[in-house]
Amino acid sequence: MAEETHMHRRHHDMGGLDAGPIDRHEHDHAPWEKQTDAIMRLLVAKGVMTVDELRRGIEELGPGAYDAMSYYERWISSITGNLLEKRILDPAEIGRTMDEVRHRHETA
Amino acid sequence: MTAHTHGDGHQHPHPRQPDVEDRPLTYHMALTAAVAELLVAKGVVTADELRRTVEDIDSRHPGDGARVVARAWMDTAFKARLLEDVNDAAAELGIDCGGIPIRAVENTRRLHNLVVCTLCSCYPRMLIGLPPDWYKARAYRSRAVREPRAVLREFGVTLPDDVELVVHDSTADMRYLVVPARPDGTDGWSEEALAAIVTRDCMIGTALPRSDAPRSGGG
Repeated sequence: MAEETHMHRRHHDMGGLDAGPIDRHEHDHAPWEKQTDAIMRLLVAKGVMTVDELRRGIEELGPGAYDAMSYYERWISSITGNLLEKRILDPAEIGRTMDEVRHRHETA
Repeated sequence: MTAHTHGDGHQHPHPRQPDVEDRPLTYHMALTAAVAELLVAKGVVTADELRRTVEDIDSRHPGDGARVVARAWMDTAFKARLLEDVNDAAAELGIDCGGIPIRAVENTRRLHNLVVCTLCSCYPRMLIGLPPDWYKARAYRSRAVREPRAVLREFGVTLPDDVELVVHDSTADMRYLVVPARPDGTDGWSEEALAAIVTRDCMIGTALPRSDAPRSGGG
């Protein structure tokens, strides 16, 4: 049991901790959230990425980022990180495409 | 969200949500659109696959789980098969739950089941749709395994002291469906009427079906 005092609980591992009242407010999922979910499902179906890899990417977000991000923000961050690691995407093209997306949004 | 793209000029099928879609494009919204676009451009996925997958996500809802529960209430042989294998039993009703096993846990007069995923958000989403926000949030994930009776009281459920409470912590490879006990006062009800009182929260274990509930479905 003495070993247990040295065990490090990671921030996503929150079962049994103190926490405040449950906020039961619910939001409808936005299109981009469903899009993120759909990307993940397809990447799993095609063997590009696994659910365990998604979770690893989420769990490796620092405690600050984990708590600051919404649920699907964590997902798309992890998905992107995994796709970069696998060299399916590269940072420059992501930046460029995000700029294009923003430009289209502003001029639409 | 006019910049939302499927890359094929596809007319967006979802009802507009002005409170969400008219907000400025956030970093993560732009990132999602960019990742989707690049994956399509590189041929990893197609725009049509993305569209159809979103439609599949939209098509999953608690009503499917409620149909399964109502059938189990009507048909003890079906209930036995459901408790043996949810995915197979749901398939009998034409519901495809995918490959991840779902385990049914049955409430009785002496036993109540509550489902949580302390590590993340694992949930029988292929059978009852996407989980509610609170299921994925810190307060529920932290407290459900430590003070589940207090959590249930916040949901308006007060369990008698002599009812045993079992909390199931889900994993990516095992999800749970609570099969609530059929409430008194529902003798002679049709399967459809029974399904209408089995709300999403009843199948998570944070609510109990009520024979006097407003018949609005959903939940």
